[in-house]
Amino acid sequence: MSSAAEETNRRMLRARDAMDRAYAQPLDVPTLARIAHVSEAHFTRTFRATFGETPHRYLQRRRVERAMFLLRETDRSVTDICFQVGFGSLGTFSRTFRGIIGRSPRTYRKEAVAADVPTCFTMAWLRPSA
Amino acid sequence: MLNAITHSQIYVLDQDEALDFYVGKLGLEVNADVDMGFMRWLTVNVPGHPERQILLEKPGGPAMSEETARQVRELVTKGAMGGHLIFSTDDCRKTYETLLALGVEFTEEPTERPYGIDCGLRDPFGNSIRFTQPKAQ
Repeated sequence: MSSAAEETNRRMLRARDAMDRAYAQPLDVPTLARIAHVSEAHFTRTFRATFGETPHRYLQRRRVERAMFLLRETDRSVTDICFQVGFGSLGTFSRTFRGIIGRSPRTYRKEAVAADVPTCFTMAWLRPSA
Repeated sequence: MLNAITHSQIYVLDQDEALDFYVGKLGLEVNADVDMGFMRWLTVNVPGHPERQILLEKPGGPAMSEETARQVRELVTKGAMGGHLIFSTDDCRKTYETLLALGVEFTEEPTERPYGIDCGLRDPFGNSIRFTQPKAQ
């Protein structure tokens, strides 16, 4: 690692990886800033400059993407899925899901088609746009 | 027509550090390590499978301009360079525990999939690696 930009990128990627890995946990800015070894004041701004969206938005999209996966591939209830992917209430989950996908979780489930390709691929490409 | 994949390539930012990781931690073996002066041809393979090599290439001159090399290095460290490697393993959970103890950074814990158990990690530079324990046929 040499340049400051590379070092910063790698730290931000570490925080983003933590969201990919532990999306169901309560991951707040102080926790993520600690993982990235930067101050809280700089974290959100630097993350956004690196990846083009705030950490909060990234985590929401990650959780919605995992919810989409579970809605498509399992028959677990919407309520179970909501808590399983890290949302604190069904209301927030439904509102966030609809805000990003444009449909309710139930409607999405009815219309979705299971994707028979490796999960790392669907995780990256079925994640709703920022 | 074509009948095998013999070499794949990923960018690494430091070839010695790459060896520590790919050989020292992941357990691959060095296939070729040739100092050509202008570049170091460094390939590794899964033990017992020298027919399929991974070239650990350091971006830089004279192959590319300093400006381009800087951009490539930034993309690698953002995790955006592609160059995914996917390995197979006999025991995903055991391999995960072993590598975790060695300080490997995981992006995903072992997870059941329709095709087996797999998990994801990063190399020290930001490249994405996965390994899968395929479902018994």
